[in-house]
Amino acid sequence: MSLRLTDVGYRYAGTTVPVLTGVSLEVRRGQVVGLVGPNDAGKSTLCLVAAGLAPGSIGGSLEGSVLLDGRETRELRPHEAAQRCGILFQNPATQLSGTAPTVYEEIAFGPRNLGLSVAEIVGRVDGAVATLGIRGLVERDPHRLSGGESQLVALASVMAMRPAVLVLDEPTSQLDPAGTALVGRALARLATETSVAILIVEHKTDLLNGLADDIVVLDGGRVVAAGGASSLLAGDVLPAHGVRRPAAVSIRRALEAAGLGGRLTGGDGDILAGLAE
Amino acid sequence: MNGDEAVRCEGLGFVYPDGTRALQAIDLRIEAGTRVAVIGQNGSGKSTLVRQFNGLLRPTEGEVWVQGRPAGRRHVAELAREVGLAFQNPDRQIFAGRVRTEVAFGPHNLGLAGPALAAAVDSAMAAVGLAAAADTNPYDLGFSRRKLLALASVIAMATPILVLDEPTTGQDARGIARMREVIDTLFGQGRTVIAISHDMAFVADTFERVIVMGAGRVLLDGTPAEVFAEKAWPTLRSTYLEPPLAARVGARLGVGSTPTEAALIEALDGAR
Repeated sequence: MSLRLTDVGYRYAGTTVPVLTGVSLEVRRGQVVGLVGPNDAGKSTLCLVAAGLAPGSIGGSLEGSVLLDGRETRELRPHEAAQRCGILFQNPATQLSGTAPTVYEEIAFGPRNLGLSVAEIVGRVDGAVATLGIRGLVERDPHRLSGGESQLVALASVMAMRPAVLVLDEPTSQLDPAGTALVGRALARLATETSVAILIVEHKTDLLNGLADDIVVLDGGRVVAAGGASSLLAGDVLPAHGVRRPAAVSIRRALEAAGLGGRLTGGDGDILAGLAE
Repeated sequence: MNGDEAVRCEGLGFVYPDGTRALQAIDLRIEAGTRVAVIGQNGSGKSTLVRQFNGLLRPTEGEVWVQGRPAGRRHVAELAREVGLAFQNPDRQIFAGRVRTEVAFGPHNLGLAGPALAAAVDSAMAAVGLAAAADTNPYDLGFSRRKLLALASVIAMATPILVLDEPTTGQDARGIARMREVIDTLFGQGRTVIAISHDMAFVADTFERVIVMGAGRVLLDGTPAEVFAEKAWPTLRSTYLEPPLAARVGARLGVGSTPTEAALIEALDGAR
């Protein structure tokens, strides 16, 4: 088990209203769990809690248990939490080190700070670069990348720390469609080629369709639904909690409601399944 | 399409001071009271284009007319009465300690006071669903509601033209539906709404005209059915855009250009 939250409650410092209440969820090695919910549901707070940043770095009051790679986060020191869990925010510009002349050096920044041998650092950087398919970027200036490229470099920098758990808080929200597709493809590779446990918050449920194994729906700081991605994304729970359905699900339901569902089955199988790839 | 003119560009070009060319030979006429989406990959010139409309940027070639008068030499404060701009990141415009004060700032600066100011502020807060939050601190609102607040601040200025930069970024399903209602309301009031968006389904559902930009030029300009039609896909892909899924399903089923779910159902119904 890589990440397990049991009956977690959390209040920010100086506030009386809990942002999270009774939250339980788990992400196993090699698994991708999509976290969805309306705005202000507590998704970003849950990311901070899962990564040990709350209460570790920002204070506040935590109830219940957050096990990160087998250790309670409240017992971990910040650098210990950082080596177990990598976190990626919406805007990659906020997490570039600002000190590296090339993408390669940027990705090496974290491992270098762990005091690893040069051979180990090179191995980690090369591994992250290969997994995300960004060999073509390594000589570039980190500050002259597109949004999607920057997000991939930030992701590679996190991966080079070899975390057991990866928490992604809306990694594509600031990206254009091309950047979103680029990050989506890289995450799919990450999910199939590594055993890292991934918790991803994403409004674009199209991206989760096919990427996530399980979905957890958070609303008002509580888990209101959880289960296998294919059935949960296709059901009625998403719109009931203000979450957009994947386009393929939405179209299928609309055509079925109009008595036109049969048109989606062509000679070579389901048309939507083929097009939504 | 022969109504009053909101914005017109003739031979518009723009080169940033560092030499980067962002716009080239743009000829464009936007009718008053229409809803227009501007789409294209990052760096295609969308934001640079709309910033010419309210004087935040000035043409380096050609000319821009706003409501029939050249904008190039008019003062930003004067253009602010005609064109309101809501930024992609609301935190670049929010500064007040209360929602009501934030919304009142713009119209107050335009000379509104007393009951007229209160009415403009109330109506703008109601339009975006923030009436109940009038006395809240903006930073106690979540990101999506701060975005609606930024929009209310622009609506309250009662400009005939509104420019919205990425109105749906970070919005959940309800926020997107709300944004569509707000745009429809503004349209109903006869105002011109120009929006930059990366959300193709939102664009097809909400706007009657879509301008597709790539490398600083206008690549396509037409109705959603026209710009998302199968024959336009190679051009869309040249600026890294994919047509909405409904359009791809319609093309696959051979029922013509169906940019929205509603259009797809109508086309399939007609073919039944």
